[in-house]
Amino acid sequence: MLPFFAYALAFLFIPAGEIIVGAFKSTHGGATAEHVRQLWHKPFLDQYWLSIKISLITAGGGCLLGLAIAYAAIREGTPRFLRTILTTFSGVAANFAGIPLAFAFVATLGTIGIVTTFMRDHLGFDPYEHGFTLFGERGVELAYLYFQIPLMILVIAPAIDGLRREWREAASNLGASAWQYWRYVGIPVLLPSFLGAFILLFGNSFSAYATAYGIAANGISIIPITIGFYYSGNVVNDPHLAQALAFGMFVVLAVMMILYIPLQRRSARWMR
Amino acid sequence: MRRRWIAPSAIVWLLVAAAFFLIPLLATLLFSLRSIQTNKCCTGAAYSLIVHDHQFWHTIRLSFLLSLETIGISLLLFVPTVYWVHLKMPRLRPVLGFMALIPFVVPPIILVVGLLNLYKGSPAWFYDKPYGFLATAYVILAFPYMYFALDAGFRSIDVHTLTEASQGLGASWRTTLTRVILPNIRVAALGGSFLTLAIVMGEFTIASLSTFKTFPTYIQFVNETQPYEAAALSLLSFGIVWAAMLALLFVGRGRVRPAQVAATR
Repeated sequence: MLPFFAYALAFLFIPAGEIIVGAFKSTHGGATAEHVRQLWHKPFLDQYWLSIKISLITAGGGCLLGLAIAYAAIREGTPRFLRTILTTFSGVAANFAGIPLAFAFVATLGTIGIVTTFMRDHLGFDPYEHGFTLFGERGVELAYLYFQIPLMILVIAPAIDGLRREWREAASNLGASAWQYWRYVGIPVLLPSFLGAFILLFGNSFSAYATAYGIAANGISIIPITIGFYYSGNVVNDPHLAQALAFGMFVVLAVMMILYIPLQRRSARWMR
Repeated sequence: MRRRWIAPSAIVWLLVAAAFFLIPLLATLLFSLRSIQTNKCCTGAAYSLIVHDHQFWHTIRLSFLLSLETIGISLLLFVPTVYWVHLKMPRLRPVLGFMALIPFVVPPIILVVGLLNLYKGSPAWFYDKPYGFLATAYVILAFPYMYFALDAGFRSIDVHTLTEASQGLGASWRTTLTRVILPNIRVAALGGSFLTLAIVMGEFTIASLSTFKTFPTYIQFVNETQPYEAAALSLLSFGIVWAAMLALLFVGRGRVRPAQVAATR
């Protein structure tokens, strides 16, 4: 037990504390808020905003699409084996991320990717001549959805199971329409799980580094890429600025966590 | 009123999902079969180049050994801790549960910055060796998944009765833990181990920023000059995750909890 706490202290809490302290240190050793203040200026403010924007879009898209797909697989009438296949595959796809995922998308939608060349040669439509590029914001978002949607399916499936058939029958016996059922029963029961999942997906994409790096290398200015750039050695070595950038990410994620915990408690109520 | 047929909208959604998830995999397969000379399908040249590259064997072996080391350290650290908390200090359970959420707030990209700064001056046998620096970081990454798997395992057995029975028969603490408790939480421990395997085999962020040459950084390196080989390696990486998840399903015999998502992105 003691070894465990010592380990967590040495390799999790002290390193995390080191970042918070380091973010407020000047290069010469004194205390300063200069580095943290820089986060509010260009280019870092724009980079945080791009990170947050990508996370909002992929979390929103992942939540809505994941919910629709999970509901399609779980609802009455869908054969049971489809659900088993979907959740098993989601378990794999949610874990398939980072560098291999990035290259799978490059092989699919890169400039000489299979789908790109197919569209160019057989459909006469070159997506790269119509404003699409995999190596920018849209491309990274598309690749993120490949792990966001499965994660949503895994997280929301138990909540959809929690929507009991009896509730639906009770509602229709009392004369409720389908719309009224969703408005007064379905959505209120699912909402805490949905919001909790949204936060989970937001954090998931906000802290992602390898996938974006694999696709766009240093071509996309999100905060994790910038932090990585400072450590690759080909930039002016300013560890305190990197620490300040990491500190900024930490604050965003901590706010998310504070919002997540009460939602988690509430959504546990209807789960079997 | 029970619906007997699959709803049309459900068919549409499931087809959309199948297309989105299968097309990239299929495209990666076709891409990896392209020939370097003609850029046309189909040749196995990329695969044969990989198996003849000693760097490939070297890095995949390193990543595999790292995952075994991470699993070993994690089990040694977490099994006794979770056991003790369930047995003697149930009030500490929420504390551990909260601690297991911390890595969510300190993702790999932040953790590596802290670790690099903190251990910069540490001895070379730790800082310069993957089995030192990387393995310790990976134990932290594995912590939430290991912890939630083990916690569920311990919740499903009667820790008190098992411990009392074992000690009543004269067993020491060590015997109790290894011969009585461990066999009973085997499924949970294996589940956590397979997740850890999947994490470590795919981890790029920490390995890359601390300049170690593991399997994922090798894929990145190959991609700079040989995109078809990189596609083949990506597919192999997908296969590794599949194998780990199927093993997880197999040991869990369908009792798999939903929150089994472990990759570092």
